[in-house]
Amino acid sequence: MKKKNSPPAVLLYLSKCSTGFLSLLKGMGVTISYFVQPGKIVTQQYPENRDELQMMARFRGHLSMPRDEKGDHGCTACGICEKACPNGSISVLTTKDISGRKILGKYVYRLSQCTLCNLCVESCPYNAISMGRNFELAVYDREQLTFVLNETKGELQ
Amino acid sequence: MYPLQNGIGNLIRSLFPENAMLINSTISIISLLLLVSLLPVFLIWLERKVAARFQARIGPMRVGYHGLLQSTADGLKLIFKEILKPEGADTFVFFLAPILPASATFLVMAILPFDHHLQVADPAGGVIYVIGISGLSILGILLAGWASNNKYSLLGAMRSGAQMISFEISLALVMLLIVMITGTASLREIVLSQQGSVLDWWIFKLPGLGAIAFLMYMISSTAELNRAPFDISEAESELTGGFATEYSGISFAMFFFAEFVNMFVSAGIASTFFLGGFLAPQIGIGVIDMLFLLIPGFIWFFLKTFAVIFLYMWFRWTFPRLRVDQLMYLEWKMLLPANLILLMAAGYFMAMGWVL
Repeated sequence: MKKKNSPPAVLLYLSKCSTGFLSLLKGMGVTISYFVQPGKIVTQQYPENRDELQMMARFRGHLSMPRDEKGDHGCTACGICEKACPNGSISVLTTKDISGRKILGKYVYRLSQCTLCNLCVESCPYNAISMGRNFELAVYDREQLTFVLNETKGELQ
Repeated sequence: MYPLQNGIGNLIRSLFPENAMLINSTISIISLLLLVSLLPVFLIWLERKVAARFQARIGPMRVGYHGLLQSTADGLKLIFKEILKPEGADTFVFFLAPILPASATFLVMAILPFDHHLQVADPAGGVIYVIGISGLSILGILLAGWASNNKYSLLGAMRSGAQMISFEISLALVMLLIVMITGTASLREIVLSQQGSVLDWWIFKLPGLGAIAFLMYMISSTAELNRAPFDISEAESELTGGFATEYSGISFAMFFFAEFVNMFVSAGIASTFFLGGFLAPQIGIGVIDMLFLLIPGFIWFFLKTFAVIFLYMWFRWTFPRLRVDQLMYLEWKMLLPANLILLMAAGYFMAMGWVL
């Protein structure tokens, strides 16, 4: 089936040649712009630059509980993060203060079960928890991967 | 038959008049072998560095200064690996195949004019020799695919054979154009026909046509080299490595090394044909021209060749791979007619005296 009003073959050939060539040149321009800009290199020389290495803002390490200046955290022990966690890596153990109000007793976080999916942080209504930027988390024993976040005084930052 | 004509050759001729022929041949063969074995090591490192920079990475950094010894280490690893032969493979052909591309590049290297008198041989039909010898590497790939007793190897080899045979027509036609306008098929004579200023290089002559011919040479030689965007013979994502699937150890390394020396040879021929080969660029400013003339010719040759090699690498890390039918469309319906028209136009320009 030949389409009506299609341009003659020679014109089609020439237009294909020129548009194709121009688009190839455009692609080559993009790659050479990367080549001549050393500042755009993303590779990190990890063990050498360990001291000054800054992880990206969107990097997700382990779960952490940020404190304010007075050393207080914002957790109200509502347990929404515990329900949001797909792996059961969070246990919010509550206790009662003198007036009988429910407060946070122990915030148990098991890094060994965590997939760093960020669902707990997204579900928290008080922004009490966040993902840290530490990535050197290897230890020799599984026991060492269970943390009580409200008692570590932020040393797991 | 073609003794070295440079200082070393003359020195040996004066010292050992009887055995000069033998010694000179040995020296030229050894130097070529050294070049053939050392070049790919450097080119592979260069390719990895250039590729990394195009992708905003830094490439190999650990082995040696900025990873300079990385490809040496890789080569050593490949040498010490076990050579496996698949069951049912044709032993003789299987081990013959990697030798053919490697020796083809070596043979073409012998007639590349590196400098005025730095050329192992200068046959009068050098261009025909180049076209004929490059067929050997196609044969090597076809034999490798056939002898491997593996469907991926066979498919890759068949694709590659079809591709290389088609694109060799375009390549030969571009070479024919140069032979037509220079009136000689010897590579040294072709370089010497470009003497004068930069504007006397064939890429800038025959107003417009020289540049188009260079462009066509680049396209068809990239296809001839089996490099991306024309790397359908390997096509890792489709063919698990194509003709090289079953090869390991030193036989794989030979394919790999031949590929990179081939790139150098192809770029060397491009600079010989279009960019004035070993001639220093003369831009018409007295002082700079004098300085450029002081630099020896083989340095200019290597500079121009590496500029073309950079172009090949630029292509490889920018363009996506073509499909098989697109590749054949490009050759038979786009490139070949354009090439024939270009040849006729160049003949017309020659007849009218518009060579400039």
